[in-house]
Amino acid sequence: MDGVTDVTASHCTGCGSASCPGCSRTLDPPRFCAECGRRLTVAVSPGGYRARCRDHGELTGP
Amino acid sequence: MPGDTTPSPVTLSPPRRGEPERPAIDPTEARARIHTAEVALLDEQRLLTGGELAGLAALPDAYVTSLAALAHQVRLAWCGPEVEVEGILSAKTGGCPEDCHFCSQSSRFDTPVKATPFLDTDEVLQAAEETKAAGASEFCIVLAIRGPDERTMQRILELVPMVQEQTGLNVAVSAGLLTDEQARRFAEAGVHRYNHNLETARSFFPNVVTTHTWEEREETCRLVRDHGMELCCGALIGMGESDEQRIELLVQLQELDPTEVPLNFLNPRPGTPLGSEQPVAAWEAIRWIALFRLGLPGVILRYAGGREVTLRELQSMGMTSGINALIVGNYLTTLGRSADEDLQMLSDLRMPVGALTGVL
Ligand code: SF4
Ligand SMILES: [Zn+2]
Ligand SMILES: [Zn+2]
Repeated sequence: MDGVTDVTASHCTGCGSASCPGCSRTLDPPRFCAECGRRLTVAVSPGGYRARCRDHGELTGP
Repeated sequence: MPGDTTPSPVTLSPPRRGEPERPAIDPTEARARIHTAEVALLDEQRLLTGGELAGLAALPDAYVTSLAALAHQVRLAWCGPEVEVEGILSAKTGGCPEDCHFCSQSSRFDTPVKATPFLDTDEVLQAAEETKAAGASEFCIVLAIRGPDERTMQRILELVPMVQEQTGLNVAVSAGLLTDEQARRFAEAGVHRYNHNLETARSFFPNVVTTHTWEEREETCRLVRDHGMELCCGALIGMGESDEQRIELLVQLQELDPTEVPLNFLNPRPGTPLGSEQPVAAWEAIRWIALFRLGLPGVILRYAGGREVTLRELQSMGMTSGINALIVGNYLTTLGRSADEDLQMLSDLRMPVGALTGVL
């Protein structure tokens, strides 16, 4: 992954909750911002994904 | 050595909901059922009946490898050794007004998938290039909609020739229910194949979709064929349907006679009504891959969503149980394993990659 560095991650990228220890399933792209818990705008394509938070920028992955 | 290496206990994959008890049967009878299927498919070149398929579906687990071996021979005899590789793109994600209980893109369920508008042309072209780079011959543009409005029609009609010209890929579209007029326009614009899944048997469909009917889906499938496009009509296994209903679907697909059948296994999505179902057991999935090939000997039978989660280490076995096409890379809203892994698997299996219909 590149883009946002995850040093202040406090939210689950699977459900957005601050108390969830992480419920994202294998082969799911992040759906919530790790920093603010807001729902991400995610575009999945054959070769990768882009997940964007309005305030915290974009994550990309394979 | 004795005494110091106790093997760790292995828990056998338990039967899942809807997986029937299959009592032992007389081995002579089991072999006779498989032999009848072999003669029908390889010598007489005829389709199996629903009754014959039901007889094969009832064979105990020990016969799954025999079903798979026959399915592989049937696939080679009817379709040849090539494997068709495709990439798919969700060009418009989420916010769908329909209520398909397995789908994370329905606006009726609170799922993590955020609705996003139609992708820009550049993004679609880039995804098509990624598909081409993965060795594919087919690219499918998919939209989460009930059916296309005029604006959406215009966008798709503009994209299809662009993608074809830029990449040389065959372009397929999946945009929901169509009118006769819309099917005609897609065909005229060069849409090579149109995807519209029946998903499940007519008798089970109302359990998982209430906002449109099975018959409406069937009608769109017929329009696709009437206008000369290739029909891609998929199934989704593992929603709680019975073996009888899977056979019912197979017979319904035999009647529709699609070019391609993408075979999906339920990947339970958080927030959907089927979100807490268990995936189909891997061995059961191999059984149904084989039965789909035996029921639909000449179709392009494509590995579609859910294979990684359902089959895990058995993915290559599916390729020798009747599958002759796959989706590489990511799916619509979930990720897949890498295209390189799939291409390596095909190389290891000595299965050449090739387009199964259409001229590139
Ligand atoms: S019509 Fe398609 S996108 Fe819409 S809910 Fe059903 S499966 Fe999902
Ligand atoms: Zn969580
Ligand atoms: Zn954020």
